[in-house]
Amino acid sequence: MTPELGNFALALACCLAAGQAVLPMVGAQRRDPRLMALAPALAIGQLLALLYSFACLIHSAIQDDFSVQNVAANSAVAKPLLYKITGVWGNHEGSVLLWALILGLCGGAVALFGRDLPSALRARVIAVLGGVSAGFQLFCLTTSNPFDRVWPAPMDGQGMNPLLQDPGLAFHPPILYTGYVGFAVPFAFAVAALIEGRVDAAWGRWVRPWAVAAWCFLTCGIALGSWWSYYVLGWGGYWFWDPVENASLIPWLTGTALVHSAIVVEKREALKIWTVLLAIGTFSFSLSGTFLVRSGILNSVHAFANDPARGIFILGLLGLVIGGSLLLFAIRAPQLAAGGVFAPVSREGLLVLNNILLCSICAVVLTGTMYPPFMSLLFGKTISVGKPFFDATAAPMAIPLMAFMGLGPMMPWKRAQLWPVLRRLWWAGAVTVLAFAFAAWRVRDLLPLLAATGAVWVIASSITDIAERIRLFRIPVGASWQRARMLPRAALGAALAHAGVGVSVLGLAAMSQAQHRIVEVHIGQTEMLAGDSWTLTEVRAAPGPNYTALIATIEVRHDGHLVTVLHPAKRTFASQNQTTTEVAIHTNLMSDLYGVLGDRHDNGAETTYVLRLHYNPLAPWMWLGGLIMALGGVLSLSDRRMRVGAPRRAAAAGLVATS
Amino acid sequence: MTRKSRRLWLVGGCLIGLGTATALTLSAFSSNIVFFMAPSQVHAHPPAADRTIRLGGMVVAGSVRQQKNGDTPVNQFNVTDGQDAVTVRYEGILPDLFREGQSVVAIGTVLADGSFRASEVLAKHDETYMPKEVAEALRRSGKWDPRYGKAPDAASWNAMTTSATGQDKAASQHGS
Repeated sequence: MTPELGNFALALACCLAAGQAVLPMVGAQRRDPRLMALAPALAIGQLLALLYSFACLIHSAIQDDFSVQNVAANSAVAKPLLYKITGVWGNHEGSVLLWALILGLCGGAVALFGRDLPSALRARVIAVLGGVSAGFQLFCLTTSNPFDRVWPAPMDGQGMNPLLQDPGLAFHPPILYTGYVGFAVPFAFAVAALIEGRVDAAWGRWVRPWAVAAWCFLTCGIALGSWWSYYVLGWGGYWFWDPVENASLIPWLTGTALVHSAIVVEKREALKIWTVLLAIGTFSFSLSGTFLVRSGILNSVHAFANDPARGIFILGLLGLVIGGSLLLFAIRAPQLAAGGVFAPVSREGLLVLNNILLCSICAVVLTGTMYPPFMSLLFGKTISVGKPFFDATAAPMAIPLMAFMGLGPMMPWKRAQLWPVLRRLWWAGAVTVLAFAFAAWRVRDLLPLLAATGAVWVIASSITDIAERIRLFRIPVGASWQRARMLPRAALGAALAHAGVGVSVLGLAAMSQAQHRIVEVHIGQTEMLAGDSWTLTEVRAAPGPNYTALIATIEVRHDGHLVTVLHPAKRTFASQNQTTTEVAIHTNLMSDLYGVLGDRHDNGAETTYVLRLHYNPLAPWMWLGGLIMALGGVLSLSDRRMRVGAPRRAAAAGLVATS
Repeated sequence: MTRKSRRLWLVGGCLIGLGTATALTLSAFSSNIVFFMAPSQVHAHPPAADRTIRLGGMVVAGSVRQQKNGDTPVNQFNVTDGQDAVTVRYEGILPDLFREGQSVVAIGTVLADGSFRASEVLAKHDETYMPKEVAEALRRSGKWDPRYGKAPDAASWNAMTTSATGQDKAASQHGS
């Protein structure tokens, strides 16, 4: 019964979404307040129906209802409870429903937090979100229904891919999806603005918090995904430039550009058309990223053959959303009043440069990702583009980006002079030169050397920015503290996010100097790596809930004293006839010791084990930097200027004060 | 600065950005693209020694050997597309899903003696799924048609005739 209720709730949500797409839009065109007032009610109704539907699917998974095909194919009685719940979104049907649910949450958030928006704009934004929702719920209902029944119901499910049985991956998709789907709100704002034919500073101020929020989730999602591949796949790598990863990086790059260009719209009423295009582009890349690349349509032309209906439906939907919004853009953009043109040496000038560089990097990543599938589609050639390509293209453009990142926040608006800014940054420059000298002594390759120098420059100049604003060491410390408390949170957030980029890039640069060895040892044998001695002392078998494990004990010593004991393991899942490698990592935040247990060989009397040992300097910094970036975003979201209603309340308070 | 020169600056900036991106992409494409080759292609047209390729095919059953080079384990196995086989050497841990008689993709270079030195071995596929490029190479060699069921055991391939696979297209001039 529960799956039928879930199915019904999903259908109800789809109907409500269709109403949400049409009625408020008509209301806004006819200036009918009653129709416009329907928008938030419909959005919240749709959200409740979706929540109920999703709860039904989770309920079926917990109850081991194997008459539901999705549960039978992806779950099993022996699976731990946590993974029964998280396994709901670990497959195609469930993830489409999660996608629709998050989109519903976005609509509900606009309905709840957007009360201070002009009612016509709010009605249109919610209507656009409703239209996108309706499309994807229809896709879910017709071609990927997670509530489909199977008859006869099997006694036990087929279980989930053991690789997915991991806490990191369990929470990675919801965070990443919130990032992807969150960009639907700036998209809806852009489409609504195009329909209204008006983009102004207020629009920039309204759109920015939504873009920043989505950007925070996407940043966390990418960092979490990279961390997952580092500790689960056991190759010591953290980013493989495969299409699935690039699909998340591309909207992140344009989303970062959007977050910055919206500032120019807000402060200077310029770059308006460009910002609208970025908002449309970012969501389009999110959409095509999740649905084209993840579904494997681009990777393999044959994916269409598996389920043609699914492929054609999704292509049609993408064409409608992306093509429709771009068509609207082409018709309406010329009517938007063009903003001012401005001086190259100024805050807005550097923000434009940031946009040019980010979009160029994005273009390169997009080309590298799309070239192989198109070559195979058009010419039948099988080629692949990997790490060397992206290292040679994206990295050289990231270095000037970092150089200008240090200058940007210090640069005044409108018309600025370069020299005073550089003079205030003198000590950041001095630190950077020292860092360059130190890195040149340790590192031989040009690219990591430049990247590390750029990262130090970004961190040092972010600190300078804040120190200058609070006049640190020029006025008494107490007065500085007072200034720091009055500092706008947005400025602190920006400095923190920039410093986070620096921390991440330092980690990436240091990882290019990582060392590893693959050795075959018997028990008791010691191997040296990066100044530490690694000894395999024991290998024992241990049973787990739905697997059996082989657990090794490796003692790592430095100059004779024990640093850590690592327990890498190999798990064998009998039900899927699969093995997974469990990496053991010891971190002291400055470096990771990373051990992997490989095959066991019996050569006569002696048993040997293959071990893979890694020394990864600064590895945790890569993800720590991502976390710092997201924290910076959250901090700037807490700035009261970012809250839509705030300016009006401040104005009201001002009136009270003067009267 | 006049309005016109400011606009020129903006256009110039965009052109420089996109121009650099294009130049970097084109130069990277000329040297960093990795081509896929089947074992018979490697024999017919051996690539240059410094050129990285992806070699794909089936692991010949019974060909997997482990040796030790000092403390470093070296795996050796043969990869076939049914017409020719190439010996692959790989220092490292073979992936969890590596099996004899199943598809594999190795990334590396061809040495002067015709053997293949792999820097990476990929086998992240289960029994029902085969990398698209391997399936394509097998189909072209005329040894297997995906429509007629699972791939036969790699050990039997060199003795098989093309008619046995249900394909009309005569495939092998290389001889097996």
